[in-house]
Amino acid sequence: MGLNGKPLVSIIGAGMSKFGKHDGLLGREIFGLAATEAFSRCPKLDPKQDVKAMFIGHMGESYEHQGHMGATIADWIGLRGVAATRVEAACGSSGAALRTGIYAVLSGLSDVVIVGGVEKMTHRTTAEVTEYLAMAADYPFEQFHGITFPGLFAMMATAHMNAYGTTEQHLAKIASKNHHHGALNPKAHMQKEVPVETVMGSKYVAWPLKLYDCSLISDGASCIILTKPELAAKYTDQPVHIVGSGQATDAIGLYERDSLTSLQSTKLASKAAYEMANIKPEQVNLAEVHDCFTIAELIAYEDLGFCALGEGGKLVDSGATSLGGAIPVNTSGGLKSKGHPVGATGTAQAYEMYLQLTDQADKRQVKDAKVGLTHNIGGSGATAAVHIYRRDQ
Amino acid sequence: MTTPTYVNTPVEPFTIEQFYKFLEQGKLMGGICQKCKKVHLPPRPYCDKCGADKFSWLNISSKAKLLTYTIINVAPQQFQNLTPYAVGIVELAGGVRIPGMIQGVPHDQLKIGMNLQVDFGTCSQPQQWPSWQRYCFKPL
Ligand SMILES: CC(C)(COP(=O)(O)OP(=O)(O)OC[C@H]1O[C@@H](n2cnc3c(N)ncnc32)[C@H](O)[C@@H]1OP(=O)(O)O)[C@@H](O)C(=O)NCCC(=O)NCCS
Ligand SMILES: [Zn+2]
Repeated sequence: MGLNGKPLVSIIGAGMSKFGKHDGLLGREIFGLAATEAFSRCPKLDPKQDVKAMFIGHMGESYEHQGHMGATIADWIGLRGVAATRVEAACGSSGAALRTGIYAVLSGLSDVVIVGGVEKMTHRTTAEVTEYLAMAADYPFEQFHGITFPGLFAMMATAHMNAYGTTEQHLAKIASKNHHHGALNPKAHMQKEVPVETVMGSKYVAWPLKLYDCSLISDGASCIILTKPELAAKYTDQPVHIVGSGQATDAIGLYERDSLTSLQSTKLASKAAYEMANIKPEQVNLAEVHDCFTIAELIAYEDLGFCALGEGGKLVDSGATSLGGAIPVNTSGGLKSKGHPVGATGTAQAYEMYLQLTDQADKRQVKDAKVGLTHNIGGSGATAAVHIYRRDQ
Repeated sequence: MTTPTYVNTPVEPFTIEQFYKFLEQGKLMGGICQKCKKVHLPPRPYCDKCGADKFSWLNISSKAKLLTYTIINVAPQQFQNLTPYAVGIVELAGGVRIPGMIQGVPHDQLKIGMNLQVDFGTCSQPQQWPSWQRYCFKPL
């Protein structure tokens, strides 16, 4: 689609619950916190009247014994009657829900749609969560042989270190950076500075990945409200436009991929999004990338074109991806520090872009940010969704 | 594309379950695309290189080379009694790659590029579905 940077859809409101532990609240109630904020940011919207469809990212019914999350959420946020569908692509569920929402608006069928995501995880033991997360990996060859999610990303890290000389120190710097950003985000799960030495000294979860290389197990929800660009002014004078969208797949099993150090799905999705937006990676001012493990952020730098293949370590060392650098990555704290309620992550990244591109990111505001990118992956990268955002001019 | 026709019936169907059944019989088998000759493991209905849907079963050597690995400390319930355990991805003859557990190698001696072999006489077999014979990788 040669849109040359023309908006596909416009964001007119966004909301996010705090990420962390929500004892006593079910997922649907946590989603209510996100929806309430999104509605309050868009007072001209009459949700019951205007919202025509909802797409809700949700990874697994195992966590809460609750499937059918589309209808459940519509019911619980006062929108009984609205068409609502759960979208599932593992940890990439709400990135895929966002993409689906764009289809709905562009098709002309639904002028205003809510896309969001939710997961409640912290009431389960780590062993249970590890098992549920692994369900997004290939069953007959990966799960069946005891391979976990941290294990899959650890195998990518081992291969990357062997091929390019990437070190545990590089990965620790990413963790420390994202914790620094998260310390500035009042909605982050873990709001504290974590020095590189603490990361380096933490226990191995799946060698060479340590506790502090892993994202957090969190509860949380997020949502954004989309409309046609030509209707945006009716609802807000501060819309944010989505100007590029790409989604792609790769082999479900890591072992069948052409490369163990790069994600083809990210490359394909970002190529499509860049072309649609008619921009080059150098023109991106800030990005939220899928740092489920620190190695995933480093590989994303390379696959998204922020640096050449194999140079992710150097980019970390340069400081370019820290707040104040040339291309700040994960100003929200990322999955590492903001938290990773898996189904909610994709639209939480979009929420951060909405704040940044409307100058509402407070202490972590990137000055003069005009173009942002989000990158959300499912599983070990069999799904990737990339979106590009631009502020209203 | 036409619906997959598992050719050569009554020869064994080209399925994942059949791969594991062969293992139980002491055979490591993959499939070769009848059109482009690409070797496939696991079996699948369509060749991922040329799109054809006709395969023949092929004996694969159990010689393996380690491509990458990790040592897992945090595991699901079912595997917790094994932690810490090593898993890796190996390459077999013909370029096919499979993941699995690595047994019998001290963890500090694991090395990318090392030679291993696929072993399937001594690995566990679950009682519940899928009660497939597991394989694992061992030193030569
Ligand atoms: C890394 C992980 C295994 C740690 O779980 P755990 O060993 O059970 O750790 P615990 O819950 O016992 O926590 C121990 C301490 O570390 C902290 N902690 C837990 N996970 C952490 C993480 N990922 N990063 C930083 N600190 C963490 C806890 O807050 C706790 O601190 P406290 O003692 O001050 O309260 C778990 O967080 C995990 O599996 N993360 C990855 C999730 C994942 O795979 N997501 C999907 C990606 S696709
Ligand atoms: Zn073929």
